[in-house]
Amino acid sequence: MEERTEGATAATAAPRRDTGHWAKPVARLAAVERGGALNANVAGRRINAAAGGFGRLFQKTFSVQVGSSVTPQELISIWKTRFGEFWPKGQRMFLPASGIAPGEVGLINASIPGTPTMATGVLVIYADDESFSFMSPEGHPFAGPLTFSAHVDEFGFTVAQVQELTRASDPLWELAMMLPILGERMQNDLWRQTLRNLALSFGADANVHERIVCVDKRRQWKNAKNIFYNAGIRSGLGAPLRLFRRR
Amino acid sequence: MTQAVGKSDMRVRRIDDHTSIVEVRGEITAASEKPLMDAYAEASGAKTRAVILDFDGLEYMNSGGIGLLVTLLVRANRQKQRLAAFGLNEHYRQIFELTRLDEAIGIFDDEASALAGAKA
Repeated sequence: MEERTEGATAATAAPRRDTGHWAKPVARLAAVERGGALNANVAGRRINAAAGGFGRLFQKTFSVQVGSSVTPQELISIWKTRFGEFWPKGQRMFLPASGIAPGEVGLINASIPGTPTMATGVLVIYADDESFSFMSPEGHPFAGPLTFSAHVDEFGFTVAQVQELTRASDPLWELAMMLPILGERMQNDLWRQTLRNLALSFGADANVHERIVCVDKRRQWKNAKNIFYNAGIRSGLGAPLRLFRRR
Repeated sequence: MTQAVGKSDMRVRRIDDHTSIVEVRGEITAASEKPLMDAYAEASGAKTRAVILDFDGLEYMNSGGIGLLVTLLVRANRQKQRLAAFGLNEHYRQIFELTRLDEAIGIFDDEASALAGAKA
């Protein structure tokens, strides 16, 4: 909802120190090519905010101590350039060679048990020296911001953190999230394993801490129609076509 | 009353029983959670129908700040209150557009139009 009063004066534009950290608004995601990626359900899709999702809104925070030999800035620099390397086996993120930067699109090829590879993606909406954030397009399982950050804790250890503020984007994804094994595996395990892998790369074998809070229990039925773009369904329907094209 | 922590500074102005303005000064980051939520609690009474955020003094916002605004929006919706904003410069308007917060929070050019919009 945007409401503007004719003749009113807008706030003056002045350079801000966060200016270069944010992506520019995009009406729809542009087509990108990433070698080796199954590229679908991204080009032409709009970004979906938490308010545009369907399911319960969760704030999920996962964190791990990675030691004191690396600064938050060094950790984030490595995480941004090697992001996909820390994902668990079967889940792949295809980013430009330069890594994560505001406005870049990443392609995701996700393995969900018993289904063809699901293709979706993310838009990097924010990136600075100590954090970066994604939002996902229509059809992605989750709607809302996802932030990766690093800080020094009270013990002097650098901590890597993943924080989601997301809803399942449509009724089918909400149902999947409610299935204990599938829901856990699809998202929570992804971040637990990612943080474990990240910490191990710095020689730290630490436990991942997590805090999961349901911020809003209500489901947004007005957004049930999001199922039309469901990336799982579309990837499944597209699988036979891709096989036919290869032949 | 003022809620100030670190580089965030929030002031609350009660316009009437139904409307309050929260003046946001300085930064909105994840560290601003307490001052922002405390200011919202102060701005929000039993009869409050609209809470308006004045961003004229906003100097810095990172993605943690967007998360806070999403949480604030959920709280306001739960209380059946409208959330509106004014004083956003072009840069922050673009961030609201990018994150699609502009579809959920009414964006106005100035205080007068925000107050008029809140009463509409």
